[in-house]
Amino acid sequence: MFKQMLAALSMALALGAVHAQTAPDALIKQVSDEVIDTVKGDKAIQSGDVGKIITLVDTKVMPHVNFQRMTASAVGRHWKGATPEQQKRLQDEFKTLIVRTYAGALTQVKDQTVQLKPLRAGADDTEVVVRTEVKGKGDPIQLDYRLEKSGSTWKIYDVNVLGVWLVDQYRSSFAQEIGTGGVDGLIAKLTERNKAAVKT
Amino acid sequence: MKRHHRRQLATALALVAATAAGHAQSANDPFEGWNRGVFAFNEELDAAILKPVATAYTKVVPELARAGVTNFFNNFRDGWSAINHLLQGKPVAAAEMGMRVATNALFGIGGIFDPATDLGMERRREDFGQTLGRWGFPAGPYLVLPLFGPSSLRDTAGLTLDLAWATGYLTNDEGVRIGLTVLELIDVRAGLLGATRIVDEIALDKYVFIRDGYLTRRRSMVYDGDPPDLPESDDEVSDKAPETASDNAPK
Repeated sequence: MFKQMLAALSMALALGAVHAQTAPDALIKQVSDEVIDTVKGDKAIQSGDVGKIITLVDTKVMPHVNFQRMTASAVGRHWKGATPEQQKRLQDEFKTLIVRTYAGALTQVKDQTVQLKPLRAGADDTEVVVRTEVKGKGDPIQLDYRLEKSGSTWKIYDVNVLGVWLVDQYRSSFAQEIGTGGVDGLIAKLTERNKAAVKT
Repeated sequence: MKRHHRRQLATALALVAATAAGHAQSANDPFEGWNRGVFAFNEELDAAILKPVATAYTKVVPELARAGVTNFFNNFRDGWSAINHLLQGKPVAAAEMGMRVATNALFGIGGIFDPATDLGMERRREDFGQTLGRWGFPAGPYLVLPLFGPSSLRDTAGLTLDLAWATGYLTNDEGVRIGLTVLELIDVRAGLLGATRIVDEIALDKYVFIRDGYLTRRRSMVYDGDPPDLPESDDEVSDKAPETASDNAPK
């Protein structure tokens, strides 16, 4: 009996994995649904328990994100001039910033569902845009993802909220900080921002 | 004559596109000094009056009543959206929005309830700034307006018509009009309480963050959420190189 259940479970897991490998839009749908279901069933998250939200994002979302590429694009041409140490710190601080943004958005989740729009991609494409819409009581919210295929898995490397790509959104702020204080200036600014937010 | 105009417009657009590509890092913001001044004024006005009033409003007025107010103004704006859909040559969307307004006016007691949403009729907002964009007018320089906040030259022109619709249509009574405008302002601000808190936390430079977000979002809205890619600038091309290089770099 137990063995059978275990077999069924591992089959389901394997199927899930294969599914995720083949279709980027299916991956987005699966991750979105998981996150929304978790938030809906968790009163602590709804009332803004940041620690819990960060755990949720880290376990459910981050494994599907190429955060290095995201950071590199936002930093732009200065990325390749940065030392590996600086790159790591940029990545860590930027990640904290983004996860917090996401956490803030998640506290607003109530009756929403995520709907996929038709995928315009060829079978051989290694970079695709998955377009979704979050539907709830208010206006539908546009939420799109850029994904790249690395090996056999798809990874998110940019997110579009209401028509604004996250990486583009940060690019000019980052350039401004690097312009005045160099890469270290940007790291300091990000660290300061993240620390200030922890206090509030 | 018409063709001549169109060509001029195309040239103007190409120019704007070229400028945008050349200065990928800095948005079209020649009046930044002035804009930052107005932005600071708006921030203070918001902190001193708008935000406290909106916060009190959400605490004192029950949710059902607030939803009624929001629905009422939304239904009203939906009428304007329908007209703008029509002006943009989208008769189907115009008819759908028109149906939405009629449904809410009839079955939603003058728009206080929103049965149209429950019936699966979606709201697709359009304003006159978007209509101008659809007709080929470039956004022009970024402008921060007192009280209204982020805008562009084109959207400011659009806003004057949006407001003419908003204030002129309902009533000619000046007192009622002002009362409604104030209520609408509070309603909108209350709806944004969550969003502005997030912006406060994640922006490095709030002015730049809102400016870039506004300009990009408006461009996206003109293309109904699916804008063509901007021509790649030198900066973005050079972005590609470090990405591949960094993949091989030791962690």
